[in-house]
Amino acid sequence: MVRRDVPRHDASEKIAGVARFAGDLALPGMLHARLVRAQLPSARIVRRDATRAREIPGVVAILFGEDVPNNTVWVDVPGQMVEVSALKASMEVLATGRVRFLGEPIALVVAETEDVLAEACAAVEVELEELPGVFDPDEALADDAPTVHEDGNLLAEWNIDRGDVERGFAEADVVVEGEYRTQYVDHAYLEPEAGVAWLDDQGVLTIRVATQVIEHYRDVARILAMPESKVRVIAPYVGGGFGGKEDMTVEPYVALAAARTGRPVRMQWTRNESLLARAKRHPMRMRYRTAARADGTILAQDIDITSDAGAYAYLSALVLLYSAVHACGPYDVPNVRVRSRSVYTNNVPTSAMRGFGAMQVVFAYESQMDRLARRLGMSPVAIRKRNALARGDVLPVGQTLETDVLLPQTLDAIVDRAGEKPSPSGPRRAVGRGFASNLQSYGRLVWLNDSAAAWVGFHLDGSVTVRCGVPDIGGGQSASLAQIAAEVLGVGLPRVTVHFGDSALTPLAGTTTATRQLLMSGNAVYEACTTLRDRILAAVAEETGQPSESLRMVDEAIVGPETRVPVLDALVICRRRNVPTEALETFFGPRGRPVVRDLRAERVFPDFTFGSHLADVEVDLDTGQVKVLRYIACHDVGRAINPGSVAGQISGGTVQGIGMALLEELVVRDGVNLTGGLFQYLIPTAADVPDIETVILESGEGMGPFGARGIGEPPIGPPAAAIANAIADAVGGRPTTLPITPERVLACIGLGVQEGRGSDG
Amino acid sequence: MTDLAAVTMTVNGRRITRTTGGHLTLLRWLRDAAGVTDPKYGCGEGVCGACTVLLDGEPVSSCLVLAPRADGAEIVTASGLVTGGDTLGPLQRAFLEHHAAQCGFCTPGMLVCAASMLADGGPLSRDEIREGLHGNLCRCTGYGPIVDAIEAAQGSRGPA
Repeated sequence: MVRRDVPRHDASEKIAGVARFAGDLALPGMLHARLVRAQLPSARIVRRDATRAREIPGVVAILFGEDVPNNTVWVDVPGQMVEVSALKASMEVLATGRVRFLGEPIALVVAETEDVLAEACAAVEVELEELPGVFDPDEALADDAPTVHEDGNLLAEWNIDRGDVERGFAEADVVVEGEYRTQYVDHAYLEPEAGVAWLDDQGVLTIRVATQVIEHYRDVARILAMPESKVRVIAPYVGGGFGGKEDMTVEPYVALAAARTGRPVRMQWTRNESLLARAKRHPMRMRYRTAARADGTILAQDIDITSDAGAYAYLSALVLLYSAVHACGPYDVPNVRVRSRSVYTNNVPTSAMRGFGAMQVVFAYESQMDRLARRLGMSPVAIRKRNALARGDVLPVGQTLETDVLLPQTLDAIVDRAGEKPSPSGPRRAVGRGFASNLQSYGRLVWLNDSAAAWVGFHLDGSVTVRCGVPDIGGGQSASLAQIAAEVLGVGLPRVTVHFGDSALTPLAGTTTATRQLLMSGNAVYEACTTLRDRILAAVAEETGQPSESLRMVDEAIVGPETRVPVLDALVICRRRNVPTEALETFFGPRGRPVVRDLRAERVFPDFTFGSHLADVEVDLDTGQVKVLRYIACHDVGRAINPGSVAGQISGGTVQGIGMALLEELVVRDGVNLTGGLFQYLIPTAADVPDIETVILESGEGMGPFGARGIGEPPIGPPAAAIANAIADAVGGRPTTLPITPERVLACIGLGVQEGRGSDG
Repeated sequence: MTDLAAVTMTVNGRRITRTTGGHLTLLRWLRDAAGVTDPKYGCGEGVCGACTVLLDGEPVSSCLVLAPRADGAEIVTASGLVTGGDTLGPLQRAFLEHHAAQCGFCTPGMLVCAASMLADGGPLSRDEIREGLHGNLCRCTGYGPIVDAIEAAQGSRGPA
């Protein structure tokens, strides 16, 4: 059942139109809630008055920060399984004194109908006194810059020092340098943030919400000053996450409203709210100097990265840590200096998004690789192979690669598949081919002491239930678990049911983030199933006198050289012998010690996934329009539990990456988000992209079940670099700022203003 | 806001009358008044296509149609494309087999759009299918699997 391209069970419910998402639930007596948000990016709150709003018929409650039992939400590490260190970054649930970004929540309005909400929100009087703001991270570091937080605007710094960088540059035959900029990117999942909260019969505050982290029940409990056992979070099928539903969104607000009114309450953010106020992908400015020998061997990297954290920390420090650790890419670099910093501004906050800091740097390091190749007259493939990491190599941070690295094979695979570069479709058109490779960690930072638990049991009729607290956000999270259980227990896939995403009723399995669920929940289910299988085999062995090592569970039976016991009979044998027909196991991820500012660690992540992409593009030399003619993506996924689902992850992640490369940008000017709707925030349509051709390599070397590696995040890394490299191949000039708009392409061919700086030698 | 309107529609073969504020969109009428939740709110501005339904056989963004304008109309949503109990039609089966649904939030609108494309005749090339889907956004699949599914469904013919 593993390595088979079977339809996912969740897909059939979604296709039949019966899957009920968070916002689809309506309960009798349900109220509706909405937030009043700050209309200035930096301000002091002078006055809040809900007197007039409370008089509107249908208004049930209006809450300010003073009405919140603990008006502080800690935002450093969502869903951590144990306390790992002192949390230090916080924000108010509802702002009381200071507003730090446009869109910050100030009041919570609860009403009988959605129509009343609009009127009531408009009637809540909020008087703001504008304060000086700072909207650029470099300016925010100046001594006289307005401070966003009392402790100063520098949120976090990470440094890496390895070898002797100056000597590396002194010994180099060539040096290339470049400055690269990435933009604000929105997750733009189709399902805006939504949830319903109610008090159940035992007084448990229950929240059914679109989330990647059911462990937020703890945060809600702290905010409401309730025991953690009295708060429950249920994650139904989520309409896309991509990191945007990792931090809390509606949870504290629907919880407060339900607790205050005693009635069910629903909150659904509009698309405008989602674009305005939910944390984005970090814009980054990356300066790279790369030194190499004439044969292409990289001698040194000197890297400087600044990210805009926006007004509140959220996961910015950790996102930047990912950038620093991944900054040299999938290459062996003996001498490395990384200086990186994340800086508070009065812009919209930034936090997790697919790729999590490890993907912005791909644009920089892969552009540098092509600059080197061109300078040395080498092929892009040859220079990548020459420097590719291999098993046993040590990353600049100090972590040794313990599993095989198939980077050269991924390059060979896409080259073989691609054949000749296509010809231009007409005059004034130029065609280029670009490559980009990457590495991306899977699994959480090792000092978060990650774990996942799962319960597996047989029913009397031989069907199987899996309980695992994984939020299923559409990537096949629960379907993979069903396939693993079916494989280990030898039952048909339709006989397996997975209950997922319920903090009260399913064993906690941690966050659906960091490409960790197959590694963590997959291993937890695998271990629970093998424990259960071994119990049953031992019981059958005793009953039949066969050695248990000779027995297997396959095709709904326990099979040995001289035995075949149907599973139903085996279950009866177990019951007679007091052998449980269920098992609960907890899988613990690799451990490591926390890092300090100057990074040096034997292990930071469990493991990494490697891949290479190829893009053929055609550039219209008159308009600057770029068309992606062909796109091939190859990753070593270890083992493809479901090859069709794996291809879907690669295809989907790649198209998100193409969107970031060519189309998407949230425009923020002086803290004001000018991109208020999907008619302005342009994600790719079906007509904008070609078929993504996927090549799946299976080394069997991953740390997940059956040797699988994680594949959720890795495919989003290479596209921007592959496309930039293809454009440079086509027109000579190189785009260094994302998105690569037609104006920026024209600048590359000398028909406009060149941004940034850099040298191809 | 208080001007009430009694609106009757036939939704997936079921005649439904609801009295609501006359300003309600067809999407909110279906979801909040009639309890038909498979059309989704994704943007409210007619861009994403997640709310696509058939209004008298024509695909529309239900977030842009006022409910009273649809009085007397026949509405088909994605769940109405499933005929004969819970068995999936050829189009839905193709979506299932080709992994055309990941998070599934765009899927109801996608299916309605695809069914309408197939009903308009064909056969359609892959480029024509992509052109036909340009008003329905998907953030998960990269579209290839959806195009595969529609191509396969028109091969097996007999639109949903």
